[in-house]
This record gives sequence, structure tokens and C-alpha cells, in this order.
Amino acid sequence: MNDQDAPALDIRAVSHGFGTGRSMRRALDDVSLTVPAGRFVALLGPNGAGKTTLFSLATRLYSTREGAVRIFGRDLATSPSAALAELGVVFQNRTLDLDLTVSQNLAYHGALHGLAGRPLKARISALLHLVGLADRLNEKVRTLSGGQARRVEIARALIHRPRLLLLDEATVGLDLASRAAIVDIVRQLVAQEGLAVLWATHIFDEVRPQDDIYVLDKGRIIAHGTAGEVAGGHLAPARLKEEAPAPEGATASLEAAFRAMTAARAEDAA
Amino acid sequence: MTDTALPPRKIAHSIVRPLGLAGYGVCLAGIVNRELLRFVQQKERFLAALVRPLVWLFIFAAGFRSVLGVSIIPPYETYVLYEVYVTPGLAVMIQLFNGMQSSLSMVYDREVGSMRVLLTSPFPRWYLLLSKLVAGVVVSLAQVYVFLAIARLWEVEMPPMGYLAALPAFILTGLMLGSIGLVISSAIRQLENFASVMNFVIFPMFFASSALYPLWRVRDASETLYMVCLLNPFTHAVELVRNALYGVFEPVSFAVVLGTTIVFFALAVVAYDPGRGIMGRRGGPKGEAA
Repeated sequence: MNDQDAPALDIRAVSHGFGTGRSMRRALDDVSLTVPAGRFVALLGPNGAGKTTLFSLATRLYSTREGAVRIFGRDLATSPSAALAELGVVFQNRTLDLDLTVSQNLAYHGALHGLAGRPLKARISALLHLVGLADRLNEKVRTLSGGQARRVEIARALIHRPRLLLLDEATVGLDLASRAAIVDIVRQLVAQEGLAVLWATHIFDEVRPQDDIYVLDKGRIIAHGTAGEVAGGHLAPARLKEEAPAPEGATASLEAAFRAMTAARAEDAA
Repeated sequence: MTDTALPPRKIAHSIVRPLGLAGYGVCLAGIVNRELLRFVQQKERFLAALVRPLVWLFIFAAGFRSVLGVSIIPPYETYVLYEVYVTPGLAVMIQLFNGMQSSLSMVYDREVGSMRVLLTSPFPRWYLLLSKLVAGVVVSLAQVYVFLAIARLWEVEMPPMGYLAALPAFILTGLMLGSIGLVISSAIRQLENFASVMNFVIFPMFFASSALYPLWRVRDASETLYMVCLLNPFTHAVELVRNALYGVFEPVSFAVVLGTTIVFFALAVVAYDPGRGIMGRRGGPKGEAA
């Protein structure tokens, strides 16, 4: 398959566990997920659903033992360099060096992708303009707010012009305004730059009705479709009445559907 | 599934770029630069690295000068003061602590998550680890030569060319101790466990070596301890540097130090491999499985 036709991210039948023997805990079970090129896809799941494990597999921090991960058609196991070169990541935990400046952090990341000199400086400048932090270039990261640091991490993830951006709970711990700013930046990148995005979150109002979403719970994909389809297809009115107040709009419906689905799975497991 | 985005317009501009030789150089320079920047930021670390050997030189060595006499042994051609004897060992001790400090920073990077940034670089993992090693060596060399300069002011003088001749030896010993540190960092799960490294690695390596006393003196005391010292790679690191400072190449020490470097670096590459190493089994560079 030509890499222009291949999905940005193709996760096929991936399972993963931690530990060995009887103490083995299965974190992912037969997970398949596709992010088409130039699209925004949300991965919705509660804490502990397996989102971070999935991200760790998609970034080769863990090796894929069962199943396959391909980035623009390149298998992460057999062509890691080519696959990782296409990938930008914003991890759930803050990963900036607090004692270095914004510029030094970005330059370091550029070097990790073989970038240096004037092109790198120009890229840093352009990205900081994009995330609205051009005036903080020479300030230490320690002096930035949580939202600003997150925006620097987004700039950092884009420094090598990846075609796929993975964001793992990128807005956790931020105030409403910072969350909105980050969501806007990412959606703008999808719309204007043709970037493919996998946005992992457990915050429902970050998902729009027309977004393609995957719902992950206890290591399994339990629903896939647009937010509207997922909400409509799985919403059980009786259960909804028990679980949540009457929903208003697609987001509330999605949240209610999500609660119903996860509650049903919990009952099944019991 | 629906279209939520405009058609990709700029994708064609960002086809994968090959990582050429220059890219490898840039990556190495970037990692070394970051390590130097962090080192400059941490002035206390620099002072601590210097104070430790200087205390040994100014106080311990001066105090024991008369008790711990040293006979004429290679590479020395005459009787030397005890301060002169211990200086190479103290210089390598700086590298030992620096290697463990790098290991500590790897564990810290893992805990705070910045290790993830390094390991998602498209460069091969062995190269990233090697670059980290080289960065640690560069930092240790700065400390070692400042220490040697201060020692020279204290009249612990080596032949002028010896300082230059010892540079490759210091690079190799730095790589060896850094490799050992890398393996240790892969085995330590939490930062709190790092104190045990002091007790189980640094102190035994340093004291069971020829850094503070020549091996013939150790042999007088205990044949077993002598054998332990002889098997200790730190002994050979010290002897490689000691000889190099006097312009002498010591082949056995060189072979041991080189071999130890290769073995421990290979172990580190395996340990940091996502498929085979301890990282994969434990749940990745942060040791988390969520």
C-alpha cells in the first residue's frame, strides 16, 4: 500500500498484558483502531481503561507482542525509525525539562529528530507563534502555567513535521480556558495542516457530535462510530434514567451512553 | 464514521526524511548539549563532584602520607608522595560518581516521563543510549580536568603530556562506568532505591581497587581480597589512567576496560529494548502499566 493511501495509524488486534504467569494482568484485549490520514479521532475511556498502554504501544515504548501497529503503512516493529519519524506525541505526564528554557526544550527535541540550525530556529519560532507563546521563547519552563507548558509540548510534538499526532489526556488538570485553547489548536491543525490526530480523553465535552470515536473500557473497544451514532446506538432509556440526569445535546447523550455501556460491562463481569 | 477534517493539503510536504549521517551527529550534539546545560544549571552538582575527591586529596591523603608509604611501582620511577599515588584513583572516582549520577538522572527521567521523549526519537535505541553515555563522559571530563588542575596547584604534578595522553583513557573509563550506570538504571524501579547503589556498587568498587593503595599491599593483607581487587574493573580503570598519565599504555587494563564497556553497554541496550528488556516486562520507561 502506498503510504499516501495508508491510514495514519492502524492498530490491528493488539493485546497486551503486564506481569507473567498467574499474576499477568491483561491491559488490552484484541484492540483494533484506525486513524485515517488528516482526521481527528477520539479515544474515549475512563481512567485505567488502557489508553496509556495503547499509546505506549503506538509509540514503541512497549513492544507489540500480539497484533500489529502501523503508521502510514510502516510496521512499528519492523521499521521503527520510519514509523516514529511520522509521529508526534504529547504524553499524559509533563515531559518538559523544567530547568531549561522553552527554546532549549524545543531545540533538544529537534535534535532528537536530526534537526538543527536555521531551519530548526525558524520552525521553533513558527510553532511558538502557532501556540501563542512566541514571547516566552527564552523563559524557563518552570515559570510557565500548566496550560502554557502543555502548549509548548504540542509545539514540541510538531517540531519534526509529523503527519500523525497522538495526545494522551492532554487537557487533564487544566482550567476551562486552557483546555479550550488546546482543543482549538489541535482541531485547527487537523483542518488547516491535514494532520491526523488521535485524542485520548475521558472528558466528554472535548468530543464533537461528528467526531469519529472509539470507546475503550477495561482494555477492550466497546463502541466505535461518530459521537452521535455511539450515543444513539447504545443508549438505553431505562438505564439512562438511573445513571444520569436527562441529557441535553450530543455530548450529554454520549456521556450517558458511555456510563450505560461501562455499567453494563461491569454487571456482566460480576 | 464521518469526515471531520478538510482534505489533507500539506501532507505531501512531510514524507519521511532519511536519518543521514549528519542527522546522527545532530542528535548526539543535542543530547550532549542538553546534558551540559543541565550540568551548568546544577552548580551544586559540580561543586559536590569536586569537593569529594578534594577532601580525599587534601585531608585523607595528607593525613595518611606517612602511614601509607608507596614503594616504587610502575609507572612511577621514583618514590612518590601518597597524594600523587591516589590522584588518578580520585580522578576515576569522579567518573564513577558521575556514571552513577547519570544513572540516577535516567531513573529520574523515567519517573518524570522525559525518558519517553528520548525513546520515541526515530534514531536507533542503541544510538540514543550511546549518545547519553557520551554526554555523561563529556560532563565527567570537565570535572576530572578541573580536579587535576587543582591537584597540580597542590603540587600533585604529572608530566605535562600525560594530561593529554590520559584523555583517551578517561574517555574509555567514563564510557565503562557510564555503561555500568545504564544497566543499574534499568534495574532500579524507583528513585528511592538509588541509595542502595551507593552501598552495593560505588563503595565496594572504589575500596576494593587500587585507587587508594597498591595491590601488593592488599595481597599482603589477604590473597582473597587481592583477587577481588584484581577482578574489579574499577582497578583496571584506575591503572589504565594512572599509566596513561605517565605516557604508558597498559594493555591488560585497556582490554578489561574495553571488554567491560562492551558487555555492559550490550546489556544496557537489551535492558532498554522494548521487546526483550526489563522495560517491556515492567511496563515501559516509567514503569507504569496504566
